[in-house]
Amino acid sequence: MKLNFGLGTALLIVMLASLMAGRTWVPIDAWLSGDLRSMIVMELRLPRACLGALVGASLGMAGAAMQGYLRNPLADPGLFGISSSAALGAVTSLYFGYAVSAILLPIFALIGAGLGMTALALLAGRSGSLILFTLAGIILASLTGSLTSLLISLAPTPFAASEIVTWLMGALMDRSWDDVKLALPLMAIGMAMLLAVGRNLDALTLGEATARSLGVNMTRLQWVIVLGIGLCVGSSVAVAGIIGFVGLVVPHLVRPLVGHQPSALLVPSALAGALLIVLADCFVRILPSTSELRLGIAMAVLGAPFFMYLLFKMRREVA
Amino acid sequence: MDIRFDGLSLTLRGRSILQNVSGHLQRGKVTAILGANGAGKSSLLSCLAGLRTPDSGMIFLNDQPLTSMPSQVRARQIGLLPQQADIHWEINVRALVALGRLAHQGRWGKSAADDAAIVKAMKQTDCLQFADRKALRLSGGEQARVLLARVLAGEPDWVLADEPLANLDPAHQMDAVSCLKNVARGGAGVVLVLHDLTQAARIADHVIIMKAGRIQAAGTCAQVLTHDQLAEAFGVTVHIDSDAQGAPIITPIRRA
Repeated sequence: MKLNFGLGTALLIVMLASLMAGRTWVPIDAWLSGDLRSMIVMELRLPRACLGALVGASLGMAGAAMQGYLRNPLADPGLFGISSSAALGAVTSLYFGYAVSAILLPIFALIGAGLGMTALALLAGRSGSLILFTLAGIILASLTGSLTSLLISLAPTPFAASEIVTWLMGALMDRSWDDVKLALPLMAIGMAMLLAVGRNLDALTLGEATARSLGVNMTRLQWVIVLGIGLCVGSSVAVAGIIGFVGLVVPHLVRPLVGHQPSALLVPSALAGALLIVLADCFVRILPSTSELRLGIAMAVLGAPFFMYLLFKMRREVA
Repeated sequence: MDIRFDGLSLTLRGRSILQNVSGHLQRGKVTAILGANGAGKSSLLSCLAGLRTPDSGMIFLNDQPLTSMPSQVRARQIGLLPQQADIHWEINVRALVALGRLAHQGRWGKSAADDAAIVKAMKQTDCLQFADRKALRLSGGEQARVLLARVLAGEPDWVLADEPLANLDPAHQMDAVSCLKNVARGGAGVVLVLHDLTQAARIADHVIIMKAGRIQAAGTCAQVLTHDQLAEAFGVTVHIDSDAQGAPIITPIRRA
């Protein structure tokens, strides 16, 4: 509770700070002044901060849920092909030029995520085997990745190709309240579903047989996880493109603070994920580069070394 | 207040695991299921726990078919201790034992009754002194006690345990045996898959010997734990004796 409060407060402070920071510095007294600067804050920075928080929260919670479900601290929705399935859906809409209507890209992304999660569930089967699930995820990630490349190489115009490539990198720039309105309900439903099965994830700590003897319905759990993560990740990709590693890094950092209990990890992971994304987004905005650094790239640059650190740590433990 | 199972058959990957197995388990008693490796003991136990649905046959818990029982209701009545100890996260002992209360809890977490049951279970299994340690850092024997405490915390009517003594040193084996006996005396049914014949003879009120997916013999220790039955079940010659207090000692001597 104390942790949630702390993270929530930090998130609020960082979100307020993010309204000031950027190419143009906007002090608090100018926020409601009614001039151009208040336009920047209200129509650009505030929706961007909200969207960043939503995306971070969904990815953080999805990662925590996935790790709990798979009982694997290296699990991440991105590593199991969910993000890339959603991206494939979005890219398909860009390829066919459907993105002219703002609503079609996110819908395609959601359909992609849903199909990806279903494929994952079907490929892994009902055995609940971790190895099968991981292999299925790797297969899915490589399949959707190569299909995305195929679409890029077959893009009708160079413009479409570059649009796809830029979109894939993931970013929060030029987002509006429309994106927030689209993502919020879907993410809320997704996160509510994941929260509802938190106790089931706790039971899985003792393995599947014990969880089932404690009254957990594994088939139902698998579908709730598939749907909840699909909604969270699919809507994140729909509004922000692929932003990796949040779902991996955040639960890992928070876990020791909540006594390693999967259900206790969900809300703090969401808050910490939101904090991380808003903070990282501030960072890419104020970085003195000619064109704004893409958030997705920034997260990958941060995340890959962290992944390596985890690997080394585990190797030490295994040895 | 009993479990009846009637004509259970189970086939896994083309191999027949259980064939027409029937029986009757009573509350307030300790039942030991014995048999050679692969005789179907663990499969029978997971059928009785409701984790596996037999291909044919029925299991009745208090005259209600087990398969038609909602999983939460079943979980409150039957506690299962699986053979393999799986602990996946570094949770502390108290949190682990608290998982046993899952089927009892409402949406808003633990009640005072839950906390009392958790502490009582830890006392029964002598785990209270490491309640705040990480379960994964405990020795195998300590983990086994913690996992047993998890089952007892659920205060189930039935405790089903697959080789609960396997990882324990002799002193803690005796503790676990007396703990399980007390659970049975408290009115619960205790069903144990065991390998140690002496322990089985000392703890069980009722013994089921399985061989190749069938029940070879069932009855009291005196009826079932005989030279002939054990020779048939395990293919060994045993020496049956008793100690100064009259408690049985069964020692396998050689292959029959």
